Amino acid sequence: MKFASSMPHDAARQHVNGSARYVDDIPIPNGTLHLAFGLSSVAAGTITSVDLSAVRAAHGVHLVIEARDLPFANDVSPSAHDEPLLANATVHYAGQPIFLVVAESHHDARRAARLAKIKIVEIPAILTIQQALTADSRFEDGPRIYAKGDIYQALPKAKNRLSGSINVGGQEHFYLEGQAALAMPGDNDDMVVHSSTQHPTEIQHKVAEALNISQHAVRIEVRRMGGGFGGKESQGNALAVACAVAASITGHPCKMRYDRDDDFIITGKRHDCRVDYRVGFNALGQVEALDFTHYFRCGWAQDLSLPVADRAMLHADNAYNLPNVQITSHRLKTNTQSATAFRGFGGPQGMIGIERVMDHIAHELDMDPVEVRKINYYPEMPAQGKVQRPAMTPYKMEVTDFILGKMTTTLLESSDYSERKAAVARWNTDNLLLKRGIAFSPVKFGISFTLTHLNQAGALVQIYSDGSVLINHGGTEMGQGLFQKVAQVAARSLGVAQSSIRASATDTSKVPNTSATAASSGTDLNGMAVQAACKTLQNRLQSHLANVYGCPSDAILFEGSAVIGPNFRLPWDEAVKSAYEARISLSATGFYKTPDIAWDRIKGQGRPFLYFAYGAAVTEVVIDTLTGENRILRCDILHDCGSSLNPALDIGQIEGGFVQGAGWLTTEELVWDSQGHLKTHAPSTYKIPACSDRPEIFNVSLWEGANPEQTIYRSKAVGEPPFMHGISAYLALSNAVSACGSNYPDLQAPATTEEIFQAIKRAQEHAR
Amino acid sequence: MKMSFLLNGEPVSTAVNTGTETLLDFLRQEAGLCGTKEGCNEGDCGACSVIVTGSDGAAQPMNACILFLPQLQGCSVRTVEGISGSDGSLHPVQDAMILKHGAQCGFCTPGFITTMAAAHANGETDFDTALAGNLCRCTGYAPIIRAAKMAAKQPVPKWMHEPKFAANHNSSDDIFCPQSTDDLAQWYSKNPHATLVAGGTDVGLWVTKQMRKPAPIAFLGHVMDLRQIKDHGMFLSVGAATTITSLMQSIAPISSSLHAMLARYGSTQVRNAATIGGNIANGSPIGDGPPALIAMGATLVLRRGSEHRRLPLEDFFISYGQQDCQQGEFIEAVEFPKDQTNLRCYKLSKRFDQDISAVCGCINITTEKGIITKARIAFGGMAGTPARAQHTENALLGQAWSAKAFTEAKETMAQDFTPLSDMRASAEYRAQIAQNMLIRYYHDLENNPTDVRGVHA
Repeated sequence: MKFASSMPHDAARQHVNGSARYVDDIPIPNGTLHLAFGLSSVAAGTITSVDLSAVRAAHGVHLVIEARDLPFANDVSPSAHDEPLLANATVHYAGQPIFLVVAESHHDARRAARLAKIKIVEIPAILTIQQALTADSRFEDGPRIYAKGDIYQALPKAKNRLSGSINVGGQEHFYLEGQAALAMPGDNDDMVVHSSTQHPTEIQHKVAEALNISQHAVRIEVRRMGGGFGGKESQGNALAVACAVAASITGHPCKMRYDRDDDFIITGKRHDCRVDYRVGFNALGQVEALDFTHYFRCGWAQDLSLPVADRAMLHADNAYNLPNVQITSHRLKTNTQSATAFRGFGGPQGMIGIERVMDHIAHELDMDPVEVRKINYYPEMPAQGKVQRPAMTPYKMEVTDFILGKMTTTLLESSDYSERKAAVARWNTDNLLLKRGIAFSPVKFGISFTLTHLNQAGALVQIYSDGSVLINHGGTEMGQGLFQKVAQVAARSLGVAQSSIRASATDTSKVPNTSATAASSGTDLNGMAVQAACKTLQNRLQSHLANVYGCPSDAILFEGSAVIGPNFRLPWDEAVKSAYEARISLSATGFYKTPDIAWDRIKGQGRPFLYFAYGAAVTEVVIDTLTGENRILRCDILHDCGSSLNPALDIGQIEGGFVQGAGWLTTEELVWDSQGHLKTHAPSTYKIPACSDRPEIFNVSLWEGANPEQTIYRSKAVGEPPFMHGISAYLALSNAVSACGSNYPDLQAPATTEEIFQAIKRAQEHAR
Repeated sequence: MKMSFLLNGEPVSTAVNTGTETLLDFLRQEAGLCGTKEGCNEGDCGACSVIVTGSDGAAQPMNACILFLPQLQGCSVRTVEGISGSDGSLHPVQDAMILKHGAQCGFCTPGFITTMAAAHANGETDFDTALAGNLCRCTGYAPIIRAAKMAAKQPVPKWMHEPKFAANHNSSDDIFCPQSTDDLAQWYSKNPHATLVAGGTDVGLWVTKQMRKPAPIAFLGHVMDLRQIKDHGMFLSVGAATTITSLMQSIAPISSSLHAMLARYGSTQVRNAATIGGNIANGSPIGDGPPALIAMGATLVLRRGSEHRRLPLEDFFISYGQQDCQQGEFIEAVEFPKDQTNLRCYKLSKRFDQDISAVCGCINITTEKGIITKARIAFGGMAGTPARAQHTENALLGQAWSAKAFTEAKETMAQDFTPLSDMRASAEYRAQIAQNMLIRYYHDLENNPTDVRGVHA
């Protein structure tokens, strides 16, 4: 049976006919109340008085809840218990929730929330990286440092040295479905919460803490999200807890969804950062020593900033074998939204640092940037014709699966890189105002949660007496096609038709103690867990039928919706019916934990990742030197999904990842004013790519090659890695700017029209 | 008051209390049609797109989040639930979206489906323009465009045909839905503090974002004589309630440059609702209509009661938030010459499509025997109002048409404008870009490549 099949998303039909239900679409019981937060208008200060009389008197308001009204834990933090649901005495960012309105309608609640009179004595806000460094405002005692070799010896000895710095902007997730939750109180203090979350188990924990009840009394259900991208890993906690607390107090179901502007203003985004570098290299462009310093603006609460900044350090090498390297990472605490998970989880920030270094070296040596990259690559594995020890990453993990050398050759050929590079040069000679640029960039992305214990998953597979199969696992569906991929795994495992398999909504009462659907791990972990459960069920069916038909159980096969033994062939549903009647249990759990990983994040040593996913992109752009306006003309991507479970869904992740990554580095600019107010808080001012921003020519292909690690059918994770192909767009813009003058353009990110315009001027300035 | 419209082919009648009830809330909360999504509640993401067919029979996607119910009196509304046949048969765009994997999370999908179905019905094939108002965060758009192309070959299903529907156009004391400009003029002079809603793409946000409750309120969408475009030979007179979509049809033969800029005005959904009169009347310094019209030499026709007056459009804008418009007076029409051969309109924004301009520069220069004899240069985004660059114009007048003339004239622009910094652009960048638009104009008319959209890999 064909398995690696490009079947559509399991909910494709519901998506297109409008019947796919999201949290805000669930029919609500009579008496449901609606919630809205009242927000701080200042970035830092002490609350001196709160007058909510007008709020309470407003139309439709049932109840107003302040911090002191919360019955138990006032905390929605995913990590350090430093994130109160409602501000207590101090406020830490403009947008922080201070009180909660419970009203008859969504509009009543929003309207009332604006009527508060709150006095806050402001204190100077720490907004910028520089302000945070000056105030030594940070998470953890000091910077984390990972190192390999000795940069202090090697850097001064290097024949060529460069230093530089790149500011990298943050990014709003802009999931199309805003944050939402609906809590339904049950009897015996039970609470059911429908949440748009990537992490139902964490929602369960935070709700249980807030209500001081055990986790078994809280059930979280997630059918689907309208996009997550990391923005629903921890940011849904506040809404779910608010709804559960209000539902517990009032006895009514309670629902909350953020208006888009509130969503922007309240929730965390991708960390913006600055990456400083000092690099020493030889005449061939080979890096001899590299000193990185990362400055991450983490916002007011810790959230997931430590593992995000760690992952940036873990991707500071990207695809390159660096003999002497040091990465110093500052996690700065600022009076802004608490930066959070976003596709790549720090990886993109780490990676753009080294890609910038490669670009800078190439410019300095006047070499083709592709050649500089290739000469610095990790050794290809398995090494052909010679015994070669794998190289070590800066964190002492062996790189045993490196395939970018071969992939690069293939992509450069298929994208016609050399020809087009020459054509770009000719164009730039002939054209005064419009300049073109072309760039290549590789991706090597580590797969596994760096917090090792999260690398586990459970599943529940149930076969009903008509032969239909219901699968449930800890993973959540946010559009990535996880349910479809895992259903394909189940269908293949049981040898049944796809139509026999249905995935149920993610539900903490079916599979407990799950990890967030994050780190690209959804299919790797949950696919294996479902496969394990299927295996258990198969074993039971085999021994039952071996008994009945007197044959060895290992001679019984499952394929083509039939169970086939040496002396029988039963349609699947008859085999199931037979087992049922023989009183065989037809439901089973499955469990998986990732093998072979071990990681010490303080020392920065170990094997945090089971394997790496690879890819490479070539992107061509054109810029207008009069204005900085630009356009992506063409993008070619070759990406490694191992043995793809579903090529169409994987290509969907790659195309979408590239456009989102290019958006991060071009049009998506977050602007705060000097008071710490976010000025870009809606799609009118914050510009994610629109239809015409995708490359006019967009060729995506999959690398043919199985994962050497024993992942689910030897596939590879695909959620995050393609995001970083967007870096090739940034590099292509830098390349185009380079055509305007002899200086290194020092292009910052996001490369908005204005930033490109400034970079052109830098390139044209008289040599420094 | 009661109002009625067709919803997915069936008549519905509903009570309207404030007049600012949105179609989106009605669909999701009253009609139980939750396929239409709220993504931004300000008309910028397209997740709430529905197809509205008015008396002219054109199927037009619009944003339900900023459509007020009274705007829909007598219209046909088709939501994603009505794009499939009643037996569940899928529309070709739905089939194609499944086959081409055009949906991932699915939340934007209903809006795409309706917009695509409207484009399909209208035979549009410029999908980048047709779909610019629908944001997708998952797919990178490529599979959606593949689906749109695939569906284009299929016939329009018969269930998409909107039946004839005759509805009464009701009004109440505070919610006035005039049928003629005369009715409007009379009512407005008696209710000079009323809010006039044409397309609602601006007032919509007062309601959804600022939670204001404008009253009394008048809806101009059914004043047919206010949306006429009259050809007077040398010039056109465009009724104030003419939508940007309609205006574009009249502009196409006059100026391809302005037509191209108008194709970036909001999105399809916004252009189908927004009107040229609204764009002028709201006095925004960053609207794209006024700089173009000023550069074209447009005249504004204002009306109060039965009185009319005319003034050059640039004189209408006095200062930020203040226009030369008296109580009870409204814009009836805008008139402009049809000869716009040398008009060029340059819109600079962070994102190419569906973005508010950082700077909008519109330049219209006439030469006689190589000498610049007329110059109308107007900018948006450079001052508190849309305004002419008079020093720059003067610096060009009398000069020979040459790169040198423009290079010198652009230095004068500092005397015309002192722009501001905001989240769209810095003051310095605005100033430099505006100057460079002059240089672009010269090269543009010299037929040198100046447009990144004209370059292909």
